[in-house]
Amino acid sequence: MESNHNHTKGYIMARLVVLGAGVSGHTAATFAKHWLGDEHEVVVVSPNSKWNWIPSNIWVGVGEMRPEDVVFELAPVYKKAGIDFKQAKAVSIHPEGKEGSDKPFVTIEYTDPSKKGETEEVEYDYLINATGPKLNFAATEGLGPENGHTWSVCTYQHAAQANDALQTAIERMKKGERQKFLIGTGHGMCTCQGAAFEYIFNIEYNLRKAGVRDKADIKWISNEQFLGDFGVAGVHITFGGYLTSSKIMAESLFVERGVDWITGAHVEKVEPGKAYYELLDGSKGEEEFDFAMLIPPFSGVGLKAFDKEGNDITDKVFMPNGFMKVDADYTPKPFEEWKGEDWPKYYQNPDYPNMFAVGIAFAPPHPISKPAKSPNGTPITPAPPRTGMPSGIIGKTVAQSIVEMIQGKTDKPQHHASMAEMGAACVASTGKSWWDGTAAALTVYPVVPDYEKYPGTGRDPEYTFGEIGLAGHWIKHILHYMFMYKAQLKPGWTLIPE
Amino acid sequence: MANGGYEEVMKNIKPYDQKSFETMAPGPFQRFLRTCKIYQFIRFIIINLKMLKVVSKSHH
Repeated sequence: MESNHNHTKGYIMARLVVLGAGVSGHTAATFAKHWLGDEHEVVVVSPNSKWNWIPSNIWVGVGEMRPEDVVFELAPVYKKAGIDFKQAKAVSIHPEGKEGSDKPFVTIEYTDPSKKGETEEVEYDYLINATGPKLNFAATEGLGPENGHTWSVCTYQHAAQANDALQTAIERMKKGERQKFLIGTGHGMCTCQGAAFEYIFNIEYNLRKAGVRDKADIKWISNEQFLGDFGVAGVHITFGGYLTSSKIMAESLFVERGVDWITGAHVEKVEPGKAYYELLDGSKGEEEFDFAMLIPPFSGVGLKAFDKEGNDITDKVFMPNGFMKVDADYTPKPFEEWKGEDWPKYYQNPDYPNMFAVGIAFAPPHPISKPAKSPNGTPITPAPPRTGMPSGIIGKTVAQSIVEMIQGKTDKPQHHASMAEMGAACVASTGKSWWDGTAAALTVYPVVPDYEKYPGTGRDPEYTFGEIGLAGHWIKHILHYMFMYKAQLKPGWTLIPE
Repeated sequence: MANGGYEEVMKNIKPYDQKSFETMAPGPFQRFLRTCKIYQFIRFIIINLKMLKVVSKSHH
């Protein structure tokens, strides 16, 4: 697909290509088109035909929502918006063009059933890499629902399968059989502890509702140094007049609900009914289970990059984990020297300034939690989370910068969204019910702690708070409907904040 | 209620256990407030205002 450079009304039509239609990519593409109108093109390349509101997947995982409740078809929404949608996976980026043409392009391979396997070159003037994570189940032997022995809630399809297995376990318990549940992270370098936290407590809540809680042993296993780390080095929240660590809040909930826990663990292998792990002190352990949901580690989706001559420049554009380099400080440094300035502001690739990466696709400079490894050298450190709100804000901010550059207002991105200068509002469900459900609602500011500005805790106590209650559940449930509405570009969608 | 309603959480606390012994467990009133509709409706408004405050501080 060659770019459609038409000289109409004295301007050249530009093309923005967005790879990925998750929270960050969809936000970027829809806002960019909203601001650009018909004057310029926006193309979205995504291998999935549907958009998924991922925060509600845990409810699919316990049968409290159906898969169709958390998705919608992208094609009609993009058609309504005037966005060119290609249901395809991105394969490679050619930021310098090719022999005979300086125009940068991406190569894509169609997943659309009507064109499956066909490839195409899509030229661009600006590119946003919003491809999100590859769910790297292969990093741990025996992990995952397809080739392993554990369930997952990372996609709505996986979550539906997990629920089927959960219902089978409930039937067994109703017949008097005890069942062991193991929920958490399936590798020493995972992120997304929050999703596993939601899932373990939704299981616990649903087992109580089913009247079989007394037949269940539920245990948590994660790579956090302490319960409540969540990949953000924990949080100190103002609660009841006290500055309280998330460690205390999390442990309180676990004890209240009778859930045991193992932390500082790298799950190194899973066999049917058994997980093997190594702890930070180097000791090894095993945990038997009847039902296990373990989050996989993330990596980049595996995009390659090539220069004009066709030489492989993947190492230049991407970090070894497959995430794209942006305007972050990637200089290796110890935890004590980490600063907020290490984190990117504009999400612009340093070598190819018309290329950006947003959401999970950008390479963070380092974790947020303090790194740790066992005496055997095994890294056991949560990777930094990029949750919904920061991902949406980053996508919208980058779109704003690109639109202004396309419109000739500036030649550099003017809008910034560093995670060290941004907060997050998170709601973690601990049981779904309009009547007696609960969720932990918390705000964290900033996401990346600033120990110079806020000594000790790294966060602003005035903007960092949390509590558990029915109100939190109402908020999460309402947000489900709000963001499904917003993502389908229904009237007033731009008024709903990220 | 036996033990003033604390029985439900007390049963999960084991003496000298490094995990459960050192925690802060909610009593019956705290657990009641979690799902008290009137109280939670007030908290719903307050939490939303706090979240909007953080959201607006996060947009530059």
